[in-house]
Amino acid sequence: MLSPHPETWLCTRPEGLYCKPGDFFVDPVRPVPRAVITHGHSDHARPDHGAVLATHETLVIMRARMGKDRAGRVQQEIPYGEVLEINGVRVTLRPAGHVLGSAQVVMEWKGSRAVVSGDYKRRSDPTCAPFEPVPCDVFVTEATFALPVFRHPDPAEEIGKLLHSVALFPERTHVIGCYALGKAQRLIALLREAGWDRPVPLHGALMKLCRLYEELGVPLGPLEPATVANKALFVGNIVLAPPSAIQDRWARRLAEPVPCLASGWMRVRQRARQGGVELPLVISDHADWDELLDTCAEVQAPEIWITHGRDEALIHALAQRGQRGRALHLVGLGDDEIEDEPGGGE
Amino acid sequence: MSVKLFASLLESLVYTPSRNGKLRLLRHWFATAPDPDRGVGLAALAGELALKTAKPALVRDLVAGRTDPTLLALSHDYVGDFAETVALIWPERPGANQPPPGLAEVVELLELTSKADLPELIASWLDVLDASARFALIKLVTGGLRVGASARLAKTALAEWSGTALDEIEEVWHGVAPPYIPLFRWLEGKGPRPDPNGAPVFRPLMLAHPLEEKDFAALHAADWRAEWKWDGIRVQVTSGPGGARLWSRGGEDVSASFPDLAPSLTFHAVLDGELLVVREGEVAPFADLQQRLNRKAPGAKLQQQHPAMIRLYDILMDGEEDLRSLPFDARRARLEAWFARERPPLMDVSPLIPFSSMEELAAIRDGARAASIEGLMLKRADSAYVPGRVKGLWWKWKRDPLTIDAVLMYAQRGHGKRSSFYSDFTFGLWRGEELVPIGKAYSGYTDEELLWLDRWIRNNTTARFGPVREVEKELVLEVAFDAAQRSGRHKSGVALRFPRIARIRRDKPASEADRLETLMATIPD
Ligand SMILES: [Zn+2]
Ligand SMILES: [Zn+2]
Repeated sequence: MLSPHPETWLCTRPEGLYCKPGDFFVDPVRPVPRAVITHGHSDHARPDHGAVLATHETLVIMRARMGKDRAGRVQQEIPYGEVLEINGVRVTLRPAGHVLGSAQVVMEWKGSRAVVSGDYKRRSDPTCAPFEPVPCDVFVTEATFALPVFRHPDPAEEIGKLLHSVALFPERTHVIGCYALGKAQRLIALLREAGWDRPVPLHGALMKLCRLYEELGVPLGPLEPATVANKALFVGNIVLAPPSAIQDRWARRLAEPVPCLASGWMRVRQRARQGGVELPLVISDHADWDELLDTCAEVQAPEIWITHGRDEALIHALAQRGQRGRALHLVGLGDDEIEDEPGGGE
Repeated sequence: MSVKLFASLLESLVYTPSRNGKLRLLRHWFATAPDPDRGVGLAALAGELALKTAKPALVRDLVAGRTDPTLLALSHDYVGDFAETVALIWPERPGANQPPPGLAEVVELLELTSKADLPELIASWLDVLDASARFALIKLVTGGLRVGASARLAKTALAEWSGTALDEIEEVWHGVAPPYIPLFRWLEGKGPRPDPNGAPVFRPLMLAHPLEEKDFAALHAADWRAEWKWDGIRVQVTSGPGGARLWSRGGEDVSASFPDLAPSLTFHAVLDGELLVVREGEVAPFADLQQRLNRKAPGAKLQQQHPAMIRLYDILMDGEEDLRSLPFDARRARLEAWFARERPPLMDVSPLIPFSSMEELAAIRDGARAASIEGLMLKRADSAYVPGRVKGLWWKWKRDPLTIDAVLMYAQRGHGKRSSFYSDFTFGLWRGEELVPIGKAYSGYTDEELLWLDRWIRNNTTARFGPVREVEKELVLEVAFDAAQRSGRHKSGVALRFPRIARIRRDKPASEADRLETLMATIPD
């Protein structure tokens, strides 16, 4: 028997991507009765759903960010790799390598398989499990950095650039703008890997999630609140803060701050310079151009659905490789990790 | 690795707004880069790298041969700058395992390689560099390198790094050439001082301090000489057997912008004076001179409509004789004698202003209202010509600024240390019921006033455009400025010289701010 094309059982609705036979949404943008959540970023994990299915880490993060009551009336954890049947649809979560707890949603129905990757990256990240490619009939991908100008350099090289600047300006504070979930912890882990063992002062908005990562078994070394009382700590140090704070009044407590921003967007000079960034760090938690194409090839899907981002270039390049691309134009994704951010969002 | 090192220096210079930060980066370059790359880099920074350049079309063709046209077009659309697009999109060649070229090697090979072989050479470099080095290379070979630092800044860093006075570096500068090996040897104490042997040399200028009330009280009329302070551009004229140059105040060669003055430079001397545009004996507004300065090769029409001349006020060298250690009075006598002897066309001597008391001089200053005069220069009769700003020898005594009460309209964040403050202010005056922006100011306020303004702006924002905030049209600022001039390029029809915030007029309602016609009426036709 021919298995049904995923088109017949997976579709887009105003709420988001909907699995018809399973009667659930993946990363819906408004409250729904049943949702599978790929990861804790606020454009994917929204409050007030009925039942929520996600990894343990994602649920912990959701509860911390939106409160226990709003992270789903029923909250069901499922470990990576375990199969759950929902109305005949076999659902499995596989690591996406994006942030702690991030997962791809693998759905199988009548022998046809679709994988919704959420956000993902392919570089090694000491703070989360690596991406696992799953062969499928339809692969649903993001396209945040889907232009061939986006090729992320080795993050260790970017950290080297940062440490070189710290050595050159030992009396100043390097303040790195980064989002609170994932990027901050990965930066700290990368710094530790590079041998940076000083206490890292953190803006108040980052502290909670860093503590949470540590509770979930990701060691980050000594951290301190970047309060005015801790001023002595700032000289020659690396401080982490949300992107909106690095140029704001908050940064006045620091010692002649050097504003840095860690983001895949920093690859483009104009983007970097717009925000008054003095040290752009090209460190991203998303796949770059080559990784998007390689991943699409690895999962061997004849059809690639694109949730959001620069779909035009990706569809063009996929066509040349014999894969059919289709833009879903899902709204509300990829624009929420930022508020007043100089470099744009991820 | 040196193209990469140089590229990262350039990148850091572009991103680092503060002068001190740039100096730090440059000193680090001089201390760590190997020869001859170190000197080639210095030449690129100082704008003295004469390079055979390739046409942008060469790079366009190269990248077209290696990328998909649709993806290239989409990428160019997104990035904006074509060179940057190429640098980012250039496909890395796995296995292109040669070492990246050195900076000096690049410059040398560009010179030696035939036009036909150039594309392949450049492509082979692009294959082995990273994105930021590819960007620097493309800009370098197509002649579009912007370095984010001036020649003066590079030399200042050289002085700081080597512990040699900047003046001494300036003195030898025009006797050395890229890659400056003898210069570096001398600066590192390993070789003799390079000899500038007869080539035209910029000699650092003597500068004046602003005269303040307390200094004025101590001045005795008999010790001082007075001249008008002209609103032009300070220049040093160097002419002799080795050639002739016009140097700007910072030691930049501006000769190319003023070819009409070249026939006058047939003498052998070094002179100090003011470059002006003068029509029928009247000094034209500063904006007219600026148009000349902006053109590297001005057309005949521009030269004719904006005729340049030099008003001399000092002489540093007469032939080979160095006059700088003579007192002012003696130099002035030498200048007048030299001028009577040479009679160079398109030059005159700035007159001394006779006065017998400081009170009389103050009255003369207050009476000067022509836009071409900024005030007075006071020079000590017995002062030698000393480079730099030595206090108590030369004073600039600007006439009191003019002021208007304007309404704050927009504010923008500043740069560097001020990047967290709204510190750049656009203000306007009333024309009928409407406010017309007439200028921008980013100085004049105290730290406390800046804090207050910053808070006021954040609390009274009505709209935001990127880094700019539009604010409630409620706050009156007293704006001081040196002169107002008519300007066709501004919507308001007027341009202010050196506007700055004199006071915040919290007491004054916006409706009582000044009107545009009032300001226009003060400008002589
Ligand atoms: Zn995400
Ligand atoms: Zn996202």
